[in-house]
Amino acid sequence: MLQVVCIKQVPDTETRVKVAGDGRTLDPTGVTWVMNPFDEFAVEGALQVKEKAGAGEVVVISLGGAGVQTTLRNSLAMGADRAIHLKNDTAAPDSLAVAKALAAAIRELNPQLVWLGKSASDDDAAQVGPMLSELLGLPCVTVAASFALEGTVAKVEREIEGGREQIEVPLPAVITCDKGLNQPRYPSLKGIMAAKKKTIEERAIDLGAAHVELVALELPPARAAGRIVGEGAAAVPELVRALREDAKVI
Amino acid sequence: MSILVFVEQRDGRVRSVSREALGQATALAAAFGGPVVGVCCAAADPGLAALGEAGAEQVLFAQHEAFASYDGAGYAAAVAAAIAAVKPKVVLFAGSSMGRDLAPRVAAKVDAGLATDCTALVVDGGKLVATRPVYAGKALQKVSFPGALALVTLRPKAFAAPEAQPGKSAAVSALAFTWDASAPRAKVAAVVGASGGKVDLTEAEAIVAGGRGMKGPEHFAMLEELAGVLGASVGASRAVVDAGWRGHGDQVGQTGKTVSPKLYVAVGISGAIQHLAGMSSSRCIVAINKDPEAPIFKVADYGIVGDLFEVVPALTAAIKQLH
Ligand SMILES: Cc1cc2nc3c(=O)[nH]c(=O)nc-3n(C[C@H](O)[C@H](O)[C@H](O)COP(=O)(O)OP(=O)(O)OC[C@H]3O[C@@H](n4cnc5c(N)ncnc54)[C@H](O)[C@@H]3O)c2cc1C
Ligand SMILES: Nc1ncnc2c1ncn2[C@@H]1O[C@H](COP(=O)(O)O)[C@@H](O)[C@H]1O
Repeated sequence: MLQVVCIKQVPDTETRVKVAGDGRTLDPTGVTWVMNPFDEFAVEGALQVKEKAGAGEVVVISLGGAGVQTTLRNSLAMGADRAIHLKNDTAAPDSLAVAKALAAAIRELNPQLVWLGKSASDDDAAQVGPMLSELLGLPCVTVAASFALEGTVAKVEREIEGGREQIEVPLPAVITCDKGLNQPRYPSLKGIMAAKKKTIEERAIDLGAAHVELVALELPPARAAGRIVGEGAAAVPELVRALREDAKVI
Repeated sequence: MSILVFVEQRDGRVRSVSREALGQATALAAAFGGPVVGVCCAAADPGLAALGEAGAEQVLFAQHEAFASYDGAGYAAAVAAAIAAVKPKVVLFAGSSMGRDLAPRVAAKVDAGLATDCTALVVDGGKLVATRPVYAGKALQKVSFPGALALVTLRPKAFAAPEAQPGKSAAVSALAFTWDASAPRAKVAAVVGASGGKVDLTEAEAIVAGGRGMKGPEHFAMLEELAGVLGASVGASRAVVDAGWRGHGDQVGQTGKTVSPKLYVAVGISGAIQHLAGMSSSRCIVAINKDPEAPIFKVADYGIVGDLFEVVPALTAAIKQLH
């Protein structure tokens, strides 16, 4: 069975954000690029399904500039079989355009499972997975916190306000992954060596008309400096007074 | 032009996040000069006429027996039909677990731009501009929509619910839509209550969150007690969740939940950037930490430097006395 994992390369979560000269995008100077944390759960999910089945192929796909190949290589080192790089440099936050480009590439592969992260930690859009499912005409479960395959039906749990939905979805299907789904593996030395021989197929693509346009990227207004009301339990009465009379929150 | 609001219901009740969306829709309707129209998917009418009090002039009711629980594909078909019927300028969804799943499906169906998790909306020269936190809240992105239709999800608690207009009622009418429920689809087999009816962190008015400084899961009883007197929900840092002291649903931060309560009390949490990502849009932040250099004090409105095992019980007792 063939599975696809969509991977986005994002700035490391420790990145200090500087706005680029265009006033609309991130200044990439000095940024360390990593795999979107939620996509690690997606890669691990696909690898576990393949390992249980004892056969199959895991294809990873990323849309982005030349740099994304390091992240693709990293997923190959984790155990994915081959990679497709959809080459495009635009920094626009247009999830629908990205989903359309991914859908075109994925359709040809006819996968049984398509895995994504629940959201990308840079633009935090949480859009591409459900969009992709509509474009491919496949059922979809977002924000999966557990996953078990029973024959051709997957049993998935997702957290909702005040509880958990237990969902049954027939394959082929699209799954987006939440933290807690599994424990992503680190690439082994053997995996890193093997990854060097695996192929990354490059395809130049055009994103087409924009659905959303960037107006500005701004730093948030700094929070007004707070104050230390005191030390230890002795400070409690003043804290309670301030919460009641100044902040009016209790 | 009209503003369409997806009205979310669970268990036969309209959820409060949808009232926040209706309030914002009323503000947009004033700018775009059209009515506020709701669309609701359900197996039975959850009392839609009463949404007139929250600003809806009309509500389209998409009824289907399969809509007793959430169904992403079916709901998307219905909302797309409502968009075709109403031809709105903007469609608002709550950024709840349902809205986050549904809005992108609808966007793909109707080929429109979507901005998720927005914290502010303004109309500038006839154009809608949406503000949304990105890079874990370290920056704000402003986006506009080149097409005729804009889809938006609103961060829960970032917009006030409108003042009720007692006695006003909305005109409810059946929405015609086509959807093949026999096609392969994801079906909700059951909903199990994991948090015992507690208010979800994303919708809580107040949150008391514990970090590694709590030293062990047994001490969270102390936080539950403080949360009890504050009417708050209990959250946690990732260190706590990864140690297995609390469930994943309790985690606040970049890889957990984003919350915007009125009051956030961080107890024994250092304030790592990934934690701040999830809570720095809270209205009032209180930090209790024994380390005066802890970064949490940089975002806290009020801080107490001290041993949480002394401060928390004293705080609980002091708040109890207020009541
Ligand atoms: C990709 C990525 C994603 C992440 N996502 C998240 C996320 O979503 N949420 C999150 O929280 N973290 C996240 N983290 C982890 C984050 O970097 C921190 O490691 C974590 O937030 C630390 O948790 P903590 O503050 O509870 O623990 P610590 O940093 O260990 O802090 C404990 C604090 O308790 C104080 N303390 C100890 N004893 C007492 C006492 N008796 N009285 C008072 N104070 C006391 C200490 O002074 C200290 O400040 C992420 C990290 C990465 C790399
Ligand atoms: N440029 C991209 N290339 C490949 N996958 C992507 C890309 N952008 C988003 N994704 C996938 O979609 C998920 C959600 O991203 P987003 O909708 O941007 O928050 C990510 O976790 C990835 O799995």
